Amino acid sequence: MRVAFLAAMMLVVAVPVAAQQEVPPAPFAYRQLPDPDQEAKAKALMVTLRCVMCQSQSIADSDAPIAGDMRSEVRTRIAAGEDPEHIRQWLIARYGDYVTYTPQIKPITWPLFAAPVIILALAALLLRGRFKRGERIDTGEQA
Amino acid sequence: MSDNTEKPRNRLALWLPLAIFGGLFALFVHGLMRPADNNVPSTFVGNPLPQFDLPAAAADRPGLATSAFRTGKPRLLNVFASWCVPCAAEAPQLAALAQAGVDVEGVAIHDRPEDLARFLANNGNPYAAIGRDDKRVVQIAIGSSGVPETYVIDGQGVIRYQHIGDIRADDVPMLLGKLKEAASKGAGS
Repeated sequence: MRVAFLAAMMLVVAVPVAAQQEVPPAPFAYRQLPDPDQEAKAKALMVTLRCVMCQSQSIADSDAPIAGDMRSEVRTRIAAGEDPEHIRQWLIARYGDYVTYTPQIKPITWPLFAAPVIILALAALLLRGRFKRGERIDTGEQA
Repeated sequence: MSDNTEKPRNRLALWLPLAIFGGLFALFVHGLMRPADNNVPSTFVGNPLPQFDLPAAAADRPGLATSAFRTGKPRLLNVFASWCVPCAAEAPQLAALAQAGVDVEGVAIHDRPEDLARFLANNGNPYAAIGRDDKRVVQIAIGSSGVPETYVIDGQGVIRYQHIGDIRADDVPMLLGKLKEAASKGAGS
């Protein structure tokens, strides 16, 4: 009973995929690499790459056919011994910074990295002022 | 006496949150009113085509390799598929371009030969060659994010222009202009 239900569910889920992809998917679109270390590397990279079709999903999450082909591309390159960051740069050269979820250090992104430092510095300044005033009150001095 | 000096500063602090709110409100309204542009343009324009050699996708047309783009004459590279509806919509425009003497090369994405043959029989076949790209190797290598997309490639095999989406009737003169531009650039380099 349970098996039959599962089989029925599988059919329901598989039909839309089959309708869009009549050609078998790329070799590593839905198959992991045999080497677990390499697969871990590929997975870590894939969750930080944006699918260019369903644009709010990573290629690891997306079921869009192009995401499958991008996964296969990434896994094939990892299996060939390519460095993950090199693959990221290869994709950025083609799709721009848009394709990566990991912010790149570039002139346009400096506020992103500078903002925490600036906010901390401002907070320190503000607190210093407050503490000083507090000390004066403690010692009975009037401002 | 301290009251006198602190009052103006307090007033500024009082209005500051409202000013920040107003600024953010204006920013969000601007973002909501602006029509969404979900196209992902290729940042690979200006680079030479990557090396590829795709097998033939149709029985009566050869496959497609990078060498086909190094003949000195600019060409169009059309990324398409039989399952893509706008690809059928742009077929008359591709036919018009081919009629005007433009070499149109096709890259068929995820396409079975029988589906492609039916598509070409229904919509015409403006292609000089059609490469079969089942794993989107070429599509990803040129930064194409969907179908249809059309690239202007100069005579040296350098990508000069990317058109995203189907070619409308008023895009035809524009593409002919881009091809002419590519011809002068390709000859110069």
